[in-house]
Amino acid sequence: MNYKLDFVKHRKIWFLISAAVVLLSAASLLIQGLNLGIDFVSGTRVDINIGKAYDRQEANALLEKLGYADPNTRKAGSEDEMLIFRTSQVLQPDKVNEIRDTFRKEYGKQVGVNEQKVSPIVGRELARNAMISVAIASLGIILYVTIRFEYRFAVAAVLALLYDALFVICIFSLFRVEVDLVFIAAILTIVGYSVNDTIVIFDRIRENLKAYRPKSFEELSRTVNESIHQTLIRSINTALTVIFAAAALYFFGGESIRNFSLALLLGLFSGAYSSIFLASQVWVVWKWRSMERRRERLKANPAE
Amino acid sequence: MRVRKGRIVLFALLVVVIFSTVGFTSQSVWEDITLGLDLQGGFEVLYEAQPLEKGQDITSGVMANAAQAVSQRIDVLGVREPEISIEGENRLRVSLAGVKDPEKAREILGKPAVLTFRDPSGEEKLMRGADLVEGGAKQDFDQNGQPAVTVKFKDAKKFHQLTQEYIGQPMPIYLDDNQLSAPVINEPIPNGEAIISGNFTVEEAKELAELLNAGSLPVKLKEIHSNAVDASLGAKSLQESLVAGLYAIGFIFLFMIGYYRLPGLVAVITLVTYGYLVLLTFSLLGVTLTLPGIAAFILGLGVAVDANIIMYERIKDEIRLGKTVPSANRSGSRRSFLTIFDANVTTVIGAAVLFYFGTSGVRGFAVSLIVGIVVSFLTAVALSRFLMNLLVRSNLLKRPGWFGVKEDEIGEL
Repeated sequence: MNYKLDFVKHRKIWFLISAAVVLLSAASLLIQGLNLGIDFVSGTRVDINIGKAYDRQEANALLEKLGYADPNTRKAGSEDEMLIFRTSQVLQPDKVNEIRDTFRKEYGKQVGVNEQKVSPIVGRELARNAMISVAIASLGIILYVTIRFEYRFAVAAVLALLYDALFVICIFSLFRVEVDLVFIAAILTIVGYSVNDTIVIFDRIRENLKAYRPKSFEELSRTVNESIHQTLIRSINTALTVIFAAAALYFFGGESIRNFSLALLLGLFSGAYSSIFLASQVWVVWKWRSMERRRERLKANPAE
Repeated sequence: MRVRKGRIVLFALLVVVIFSTVGFTSQSVWEDITLGLDLQGGFEVLYEAQPLEKGQDITSGVMANAAQAVSQRIDVLGVREPEISIEGENRLRVSLAGVKDPEKAREILGKPAVLTFRDPSGEEKLMRGADLVEGGAKQDFDQNGQPAVTVKFKDAKKFHQLTQEYIGQPMPIYLDDNQLSAPVINEPIPNGEAIISGNFTVEEAKELAELLNAGSLPVKLKEIHSNAVDASLGAKSLQESLVAGLYAIGFIFLFMIGYYRLPGLVAVITLVTYGYLVLLTFSLLGVTLTLPGIAAFILGLGVAVDANIIMYERIKDEIRLGKTVPSANRSGSRRSFLTIFDANVTTVIGAAVLFYFGTSGVRGFAVSLIVGIVVSFLTAVALSRFLMNLLVRSNLLKRPGWFGVKEDEIGEL
């Protein structure tokens, strides 16, 4: 079989790419962090009951005049007679009164204002909770894969999973895409898909390992290359179908799930990449090291 | 080899049964599914319970009582399927899908609604809401013809004594910390009935009566988070995700049939079954469908497609190795089984952990994912294998081309 692409031979390039992504995400997260949506930041929510139909652009202009640049507002109420305005500032009562007076001057005396401080603890707790859950889930996956395969496969699969989550978080941080609670669901979906994708390739490596019994690094990398090639069409076809599904959600799914589908799209792409270019490569290097060590031990102590 | 028509007939029969079941019942299954806030609009609020009086312990029993009292109040609002859950030690999450007026809901839910009759200084509490006859409050009119609320005390004797004691003095009536009225006791009241007036409209008096009947809250509920989704916005999200889902499914079906031919057709049948069974499970288990739930549904679909692809690629490999179609089908499905099994178990482990440690949104996602994976395993492995066996063993469809394998790819065994 002649290879179009020797995956293992170029492993240093893949490691370099993966390391660059990790470094970039670390830098981006440290320098500019994530663009946290309303679920994660404290602030004030002001419900302005205008009591009649109004134009949101005009209302926004009023708020901008008061010094709230690019206000985050939406219409609410059964007849769209309310304006909900959220800001990350914690507004003091005099500020709220200022808003009320401005709106009364514009829309009449019936305008009522109701302010409410928004606490981010719920969103933060959910995020923390999700992180802890992913950590425990990783341990569970490591345990299962160690029992069914071996621990090197397990750790490599979990590395790929964390990489995928990080990749998506990195892109969201780099391009300042807003992160909300649904983003967490997207990350969890990616984590689930990533493991699934990786295990299929590992399963083939394990099977071929039994058949070929590689002795040298060349043989070992040949085994891995062949396993990747044998599952390549499956990898491409599966990635194609799920990525298309995510793309359909992105383009036709509407505003409320656009960021979610974007995260999914990136994660599925990364999941397909990391199974071949990260997990398998980590495994081959690690496996070879321990094979060498074992051989040295045997040489030193032939009786073993 | 003899062609076994019986298997083809059975196959056709199964397909007809599956498609007609899906066609005729999916509408009613869909209508039975509870849609989450994000898909139909509504109001969700998370409360933290705080002691009503100093020194009060917030125990799990108190939380259960609070949840009970809140659920009776939701009846006042007339919401069909409220979700009330206790989270952690002192939090209460209330989801009211379909509520149109969040302000009203907020007002009714969060009020402790502790009615107290106090001494003239307003300091000492003489009688409490807990002393009222249950369900005894009703809207009425006072002697001036103003809307009012009448209540009845369980212990008429005690009330009688108190009215004797404070005769000629006001006995202020408070709802929580607000004084509603301060009627002056003109004569002792022997029958245990009191009338509360306080500049109510008929509507407000009715609402107060209902609130008193629903019972007061044993704790103070502090709102720490709320989320209101506009109904039109929710409906729009749902419709848009459904349209997007149809595009995605359409593409997957075309791709599977185009690339895998006969097995691709079987995959389409199993995927239709997958979608139907997941929705059926949601409706039977009473799972609320939310946007993260839809995400899990799609992931399950992806996993089901993947399982089909893994199996068919294996079968193609075996055909290329020179095996006959029936034997390639047999060994291909057998050899792919453990791969699919391991991949699915790892995903389920992840989902189970998320379910165990997660809260609300994360939990909903995990439930949907577990349902999705289990159903996808049943359909993409069991059903898919069964249908493939029927087709292949009928000895009618033996050409490798039916499996998307070209003749010149086949090697010698």
